[in-house]
Amino acid sequence: MKNIIELDQVGMVYETGSGSVEALRDIRLTVREGEFISLVGPSGCGKSTLLRVTAGLRPMTSGSVVVDGVSVTKPIQKVGMVFQSAVLLKWRSILDNVLLPAELAGLNPRKYRDRARELLELVGLGDFTRKSPNELSGGMQQRAALCRALLLDPPLLLMDEPFGALDAMTRDDMNLELLRVWGETGGQEGRKTILFVTHSIPEAVFLADRVVVMSPRPGRIAEIVDVGLPRPRSMETRATPEFGQYTLDIYDTLTGGQAKSDETPRQAIA
Amino acid sequence: MAFLDDAFTKRLWGSVLNSVKRLLIEWFPAILMFIGVLVIWQLAVSTLGIREYLLPSPGSVVDAMLSSEIPWGKHILVTGTAILGAFLIAAVGGILLGTLTAWSNMVGRALMPFLVFVNTLPKVAVAPLFLLWFGYGIFPNMLIGALIGFFPVVINTAVGLSQIDDEMLDLGRVFNAPKWKVFAKIRIPNAYPYILSALKVTATAAVVGAIVGEFVASQSGLGYVIITSQSSLNTPLAFGALVWISILGLALYGAVAALSRVLAPWAEGQEN
Repeated sequence: MKNIIELDQVGMVYETGSGSVEALRDIRLTVREGEFISLVGPSGCGKSTLLRVTAGLRPMTSGSVVVDGVSVTKPIQKVGMVFQSAVLLKWRSILDNVLLPAELAGLNPRKYRDRARELLELVGLGDFTRKSPNELSGGMQQRAALCRALLLDPPLLLMDEPFGALDAMTRDDMNLELLRVWGETGGQEGRKTILFVTHSIPEAVFLADRVVVMSPRPGRIAEIVDVGLPRPRSMETRATPEFGQYTLDIYDTLTGGQAKSDETPRQAIA
Repeated sequence: MAFLDDAFTKRLWGSVLNSVKRLLIEWFPAILMFIGVLVIWQLAVSTLGIREYLLPSPGSVVDAMLSSEIPWGKHILVTGTAILGAFLIAAVGGILLGTLTAWSNMVGRALMPFLVFVNTLPKVAVAPLFLLWFGYGIFPNMLIGALIGFFPVVINTAVGLSQIDDEMLDLGRVFNAPKWKVFAKIRIPNAYPYILSALKVTATAAVVGAIVGEFVASQSGLGYVIITSQSSLNTPLAFGALVWISILGLALYGAVAALSRVLAPWAEGQEN
């Protein structure tokens, strides 16, 4: 598999009224095509900033970002983004919201209608294409936002705490749904690469091939954990001791080892 | 009819009755208030023996409003045109200036102090100047109304265009969308509720401006009717013209409110 994202010594400093803040320091990360990467860490560790720097939405102040062989200096059109809130446009129907990227990118939205309908069908919103966003529940809105991000078939999907505002049950559903959609759009070979930012360690472990653990002030990578859990994953995956061990290890890294109850080396369970 | 079975007709009637009931409950206090004021007014006039040139009875006001001695149609048309013109000039001009202000910081910084200065001028005092420059007629009256009404539109348009989630703007950035497209597809529709609530204010300001213009100098219009009624102590006529003015004002306000329900249905109910 070729590398799709190469972050090399990425740093970012921004100025505020009370001085400069170092948001990111020396980020080195290489992501292979089709990988699912979770970024986890406490508030203010720069994980959302890292996502935006990767997409070219915010400028870095040092280092280099290369996506799909091209150095990123301005927004690249190869990404789909999903935010914490669905940010659907209230004056448009669900279908027209999903078609927005085509319009913004200067393409003919008519040519994408069928694809938009297929995507909405895929996430179970086939009967809601004509509805207005505020007629949908939070989970349904977020599904529509996912369709919007997938419309132009970007190779890279950037998700910034997309399920953070949902209740626990809906969130579990959405995790399974995301893995299903990830597997179904593009097939085994052409899977999208996903960078998924979350606060939740279990969510990060459940979804990802690798979990990037970040620490705050300045935002750095503390550890990168290979998650060896087999796919396809299901709710049973969460009940396995391996899942619990990964979760605990990451928790230890984030809290500086306070929660360590036994000294089981990770090799023993991987 | 076979398909109109009993249960269906009952449900249909039920829903019709329900919506009538809802309307009645919603409007009942307002209707009661109006009727109450009219009754007290009529009683006061007849029991206290107030003379007509001081306070005419509701009945004589209605008579004056429908009297064929006054060419009401012409006056209503003149004032109505002035009000509508004032509203449209204020709306279009205000939205354009507000958009310019939000479009470029430089333009905003240059324009705002000047607009604030213009807004502090007492518009009524400017009216004689407008007559000097543009002569008698509907046009100077339109301009006075527009001058009173355009400022809130500028401010609300500028504020509405900049009150937007950063994530919503990221949607545009992700696709390198040109600035005009982000304005057309995201910022402007997002500002609809702000703009429309300013237009409601402008609708009433347009009425004030048109009448002020007619007070200063005119040969027709409802403001002219009020001025002439003064010299002949024909108070029922003045009241009649007032009611016609408020009917015009209400019609414009209602039209803006209806537009707001069509353009920004998601914002309805938020301001109540």
